[in-house]
Amino acid sequence: MDFLSNHLLSVILFFPVFAALVMLFLPKDETKLLRWTALIASLIPFVLTLVLWSRFDTGGGAAFQFQENYVWYAAINSNFHIGVDGISLTMVLLTTLLTPLAILASFSITDRVKPYMMLFLFLETGMLGVFLAMDLLIFFVFWEIGLVPMYFLINQWGSVNRDYASLKFMIYTMGGSLGLLLAIQLLGVLFGTYDLQTIIAGWNGLTSGTIMGMSVATVKTVAFWAFVVAFAIKVPVWPFHTWLPDAHTEAPTAGSILLAGVLLKLGAYGFLRLVLPLYPAESAHFAGWLAFLAVMAIVFGALGAYGQDDFKRLVAYSSVNHMGFVLLGIAAAAKAIGTADAHIAMNGAILQMFNHGLSAAGMFFLVGVIYERAHTRDLRRFGGLFPLIPVYGGILIFASMASLGLPGLNGFVSEFLVARGAWGQLPGYTAAGMIGLLFTGSYILKGIKNILHGPTNEEWAHGEHKLTDINTREIVVMVPLMVLMLWLGIAPAWLLNVINNAVTAIF
Amino acid sequence: MNFPILSVIIFTPLVAALILLMMPEDRKREIRVVALAAGAFAMLLSLWVYIQYLTQGLTGYQFVEKYDWLPQFGISLHLGVDGISTPLVLLTGIVMFTGVIISLGIDDRPREFFAFLFILASGVFGVFVALDLFMLFFFYEIAVFPMYLLIAIWGWVKTREYAAMKLTLYLFVGSVIALVGALAMYFTSGMHTFDMLMLETANFPAAFQIRWFLPVFLGFAVLGGIWPFHNWSPDGHVAAPTAVSMFHAGVLMKLGAFAALRVGIMLLPAGAKYWSPLILSLATVNVVYGAFIAMTQTDLKYMIGFSSVSHMGLVVLGFATLTPDGMTGAGVQMFSHGAMTALFFAATGMVYDRAHTRKIPELGGMAKALPYVAITFIIGGLVSMGMPGFSGFVAEFPIFMGVWQVRPWTAILAAVSIVITAAYIMLAVRRTFFGDMPEKFEGHIGPISVMDKVALTLLSALMITLGLFPGVMVPMVQSGVENVLRLLGGA
Amino acid sequence: MFSTAMLMAILPELLLLVVALLVLVMELVWKGEDGRKLGWLAFGGLILTLGVSVFVAVPSFGRPVFGGMIRYDLLGFIFKMLFIFGAAMTALFMMDSEKLGQRGESYILLITATIGMNLMASANDLIMLYLAIETTSIPMYILAGFMRDNEKSTEAGFKYLLFGAMTSAIMLYGFSLIFGFTGSTALTAITGFSMPMAVGIILLIAVGVGFKISLAPFHFWAPDVYEGAPTPISGFLSTASKAAGFAVVMRLFIGLFPDGQYAHMWTLTLAILASLSMTLGNLVALRQTNIKRMLAYSSIAHAGYALVGAVSLSELGVGSVTFYLMAYVMTNLAAFGIVAAFSRVAGSDEIADYAGMSRRAPGLALAMLVAFLSLTGMPPFGGFVAKVFVFAAAVKADMIWLAVVGVLNSIIGVYYYLTVLKVVYLYRMEGENESEHPITLTRPYAIALTVLSAAILLIGIVFAPWFNIASNAASNLF
Repeated sequence: MDFLSNHLLSVILFFPVFAALVMLFLPKDETKLLRWTALIASLIPFVLTLVLWSRFDTGGGAAFQFQENYVWYAAINSNFHIGVDGISLTMVLLTTLLTPLAILASFSITDRVKPYMMLFLFLETGMLGVFLAMDLLIFFVFWEIGLVPMYFLINQWGSVNRDYASLKFMIYTMGGSLGLLLAIQLLGVLFGTYDLQTIIAGWNGLTSGTIMGMSVATVKTVAFWAFVVAFAIKVPVWPFHTWLPDAHTEAPTAGSILLAGVLLKLGAYGFLRLVLPLYPAESAHFAGWLAFLAVMAIVFGALGAYGQDDFKRLVAYSSVNHMGFVLLGIAAAAKAIGTADAHIAMNGAILQMFNHGLSAAGMFFLVGVIYERAHTRDLRRFGGLFPLIPVYGGILIFASMASLGLPGLNGFVSEFLVARGAWGQLPGYTAAGMIGLLFTGSYILKGIKNILHGPTNEEWAHGEHKLTDINTREIVVMVPLMVLMLWLGIAPAWLLNVINNAVTAIF
Repeated sequence: MNFPILSVIIFTPLVAALILLMMPEDRKREIRVVALAAGAFAMLLSLWVYIQYLTQGLTGYQFVEKYDWLPQFGISLHLGVDGISTPLVLLTGIVMFTGVIISLGIDDRPREFFAFLFILASGVFGVFVALDLFMLFFFYEIAVFPMYLLIAIWGWVKTREYAAMKLTLYLFVGSVIALVGALAMYFTSGMHTFDMLMLETANFPAAFQIRWFLPVFLGFAVLGGIWPFHNWSPDGHVAAPTAVSMFHAGVLMKLGAFAALRVGIMLLPAGAKYWSPLILSLATVNVVYGAFIAMTQTDLKYMIGFSSVSHMGLVVLGFATLTPDGMTGAGVQMFSHGAMTALFFAATGMVYDRAHTRKIPELGGMAKALPYVAITFIIGGLVSMGMPGFSGFVAEFPIFMGVWQVRPWTAILAAVSIVITAAYIMLAVRRTFFGDMPEKFEGHIGPISVMDKVALTLLSALMITLGLFPGVMVPMVQSGVENVLRLLGGA
Repeated sequence: MFSTAMLMAILPELLLLVVALLVLVMELVWKGEDGRKLGWLAFGGLILTLGVSVFVAVPSFGRPVFGGMIRYDLLGFIFKMLFIFGAAMTALFMMDSEKLGQRGESYILLITATIGMNLMASANDLIMLYLAIETTSIPMYILAGFMRDNEKSTEAGFKYLLFGAMTSAIMLYGFSLIFGFTGSTALTAITGFSMPMAVGIILLIAVGVGFKISLAPFHFWAPDVYEGAPTPISGFLSTASKAAGFAVVMRLFIGLFPDGQYAHMWTLTLAILASLSMTLGNLVALRQTNIKRMLAYSSIAHAGYALVGAVSLSELGVGSVTFYLMAYVMTNLAAFGIVAAFSRVAGSDEIADYAGMSRRAPGLALAMLVAFLSLTGMPPFGGFVAKVFVFAAAVKADMIWLAVVGVLNSIIGVYYYLTVLKVVYLYRMEGENESEHPITLTRPYAIALTVLSAAILLIGIVFAPWFNIASNAASNLF
């Protein structure tokens, strides 16, 4: 077990890939075997994450724990350096939790199960790598690598418009990361290393002089925006969000779960891990801009969601809306870095990331459940389904409420923290954001109304299209999510402690 | 270590070619066996050289052999490998072996085909290991002329004559112009030797270097596909039979870049410094323009051809930076791109052999019939777009770092190509391998053979290994680059 | 006083004379079908001469003998061996030639011409030189027109005669001017030119030798004669005879004007002619449809390349020309031999008719590949190294422009040589199955082509010994 304790992070990170490679040699027609292998393979990192959680020293502050460091690319002085702090641990937990659920949710997939499951496992490693990386290049490596499985998941198992959507997803994200790539290279060239902490220290120490004929301030501003755009696309922040509804609409259910649940967090995580530490001054300076974008995301995300007739698009826009709060929290923290307000806002932002991961995953899954039965997601064609599928209806309402921010459920806690932290710093934007919340309520209620209430659409009550209620497997997927939603709504301290320790130490 | 392994590597294909030519024409089976055996043998030898170099100190020229050839003129058969050429030798061995595998199905005069292919391979090996300027040219030309026959005879009926002639003329023009430059070096040095290790110390006058650098560098770079002399390359790729395309894009284009480095930059360092801004600009055009043109192609092979132009532009770009990072990246990129295009052309060839078209819009759904081809093609595509975790990233990243150091704007401009590459590769993958298979192909697409799978696997494994563990090659290239930088005066 | 050196100096010629006489005698015995044996006899005799000479008569010094009439030196010796080798190969090619093969006089004429060439290469006196040239030319006139009932052959012979007579008269006039102004005919003793006369002499001699080596603009005879003459004879004309011309060029010009302003003058004149020759030969060759005419123009171009070395006026230059000629003789003999072998069966010299040849005769096609790539200047064949050396000589002499002209021209060459190979390897016979039309090689062809291909490769790969001999020979001139 020594090996395991010393290499806990590597094992968590690479176990899915290892499992995927093992699956390569399994017969492709044994779908049952493949499904269970994938599920178990994804549960192991989850279990290990729990071990990690239990061993994690919450009082550790800013220090990274469980560090591992190996030479990777000596020529450009980049090391395979990984570690966790409170922020990344939260994200790791979210990832390892959602992946098995997504795989379980995919048990209904019958087409080419083997590559499908393998891609999911690859995706998990890609996402985890970003959260664990302590080396800028490694960060980028995993950042990009995660795109590939997602692209193919959408492109191969998506619905009608998948070609367009997957390419848009790919090109948007790659195009966005171009600036990031260049900025990373610039940093690497300047400091001769990619070690994140060295770079952060060096970069912040660099305040005057010129780089390549331009003043440091200009270069920093340009690089700042390069980072911001890359992460903003991923989050996505208005106006870079247009790929998201397309990608979600076309992605298979489990793909949407991970896309909304984890992939979007990668962008926000980038803000936390890279943008704020690397560019404290620029972040503070441009905090107003960020807040503006955040509010636009909240408002337009909500309005956009309200305008949808496609259930999945509705949920997709709700992601834009919710992630807007994350950004708002980040903007507030950036503006007032080092203050209590900042810490509160930041806590809220990170918690919101986790919460949105839960609720978005849940919502997308529920969309998938009904879609699999009705083969449509058109809200206008549903209505009055509550009597037909009562269990589903109950779960849907529960998840929606969490998403809406009902006190007592998780969404409320984080949104409240964000608003509380931001109020003192960006009152105008916060107020506008609160108005956005109003729209949030309305689109969620619209969704519930159109599906569950009103006159029953007879199409779904009888005959070949008769809807069946949610089945046990699907309930198993939802239960952990609902438990967490409730738990975090009532007693968020266990998670907030971990986050807060890191936040107060870092920001 | 006195075993003359490099000579053996050079002459293995040549001897095999002679044996083949002496075999009766109708013993096709035996001919294939001999070809395969020779290919495997050469690959194993080159692998051995690679491993030896990797484990033995990573410095200087190793496996050096020197035989006087024409002492009066200072010509010797001086062979040796350094950190830059060792990976290329390995690459050649692998492409040769996989090329033979892919060509096992050739039915029209296989004897001549393999013989010419081996002569080509022998020339390529020779250039990579030659430390004598004259011998370098000697092998360089040997590598060029079989291309003509291979393309003209076994190529794609529609364009082969035109493309083969165009290719040969372009390359010949380039090389003979470089040759004049080499002769000028010989006489100006006053050392009466063609030995490059000695010419490196010649300290040519700056004016001389500046005058001759461009003809020499560009003369070779024609084969590297440098803009505006890249025109032959896509035509050649398209017309060539699969194995020849593999060789052509996989190895031959490296020959140009490699020789441009060895002769142009290493022997005329002051000229290199003087002209590097121009070369940087040309290479940037290559990178960006190649990517844009590739995007507009509908023929799969043309697309890969132009993408090669774009990627080779990165190699030249890296060399032109004259920085450690840039040159290291360029060295790795040569290997990475070689494996990648070889894979691309192999996969394309397999599709073409079955569908009889390479028009992207006419294809579709090939992944169902040829899943293995699809997967490996995708891996190649990921390498091509510089996806981290694959060799392309490991290679391109340092190149860009090098460019940052000399001309930041170029880095930004060239980076655009990455997104464009991603776009066209993904589109091509999707249209070729996914979607619905046109009805006319239903039931006509047979599976690929086990040997084909071996070839594809080998190439993919190389790229992934290099991508995950850059340590298996980069330190080697770095050691070679250090030597170049020493000549450049530690720039 | 007759010394061993004197005997050795003319040993090859003496032996050749013996061979010629033997053929003459045996012709009486071997009639009709048996006439072919004369070819073997000539071949054997020539090879024997070659062997004996190489073993016995290699000069270790350079000096005039026979009262200064001829010079016994390595340069001359090498050229002699080259001629004899060429003649031997030509004899093999002639054996299965319809008209030539069974007639004793054709072999005798061949050997006589070879004797003349030998003397050309070693002549050290203007009178001797002129005699040698005529001794060479007259048998060649006859051989070119040997096929009397063939219009083209007759035309070839007659044309060759007319052009030859006229240009040799012009050259003779140049010789007479030399004698008139300097009072000497011994090459080594002539000095004291003055300005306008030197120009005249240079130009007059240039016309004469220009004809022999088919240098533009004195090349007009070459395509017609090569096309009309029996193919083996065309081959001999374009190789040995041309090489003999080069021997004269080097002996005359370098001997007469080794340095100073005159040297500059003739090198410039010949350099211009060389560029003209290369360019014109290559460009016109592009358009040819008859392979013999194409080879004729190509040989005009090759005269230009070889001359590049000569005008460099250095030991390296002369050495490179000598080496070039070695490679060129092997290569072009092979090329004409292939043409002869092909037309003997296929009955055509049109390039278009070579379609499908690689399937009809894979071996012959391979030999053609070797020969043509060597003409193109591709390694590992002789032509590559040879070209590199002559261009190197030009670069060394600071005539980079000339090297560049040569280089550009060799690129044009690539085009038409490869076009022929394309027809051979790529095209198919129209509406026919090639396997029903095999081209079989008779033994003499097989032997000659094997030997020549091997020689081309040998010169191209292991070039050191040959180049050393050539440059040792070159030192005789300086």
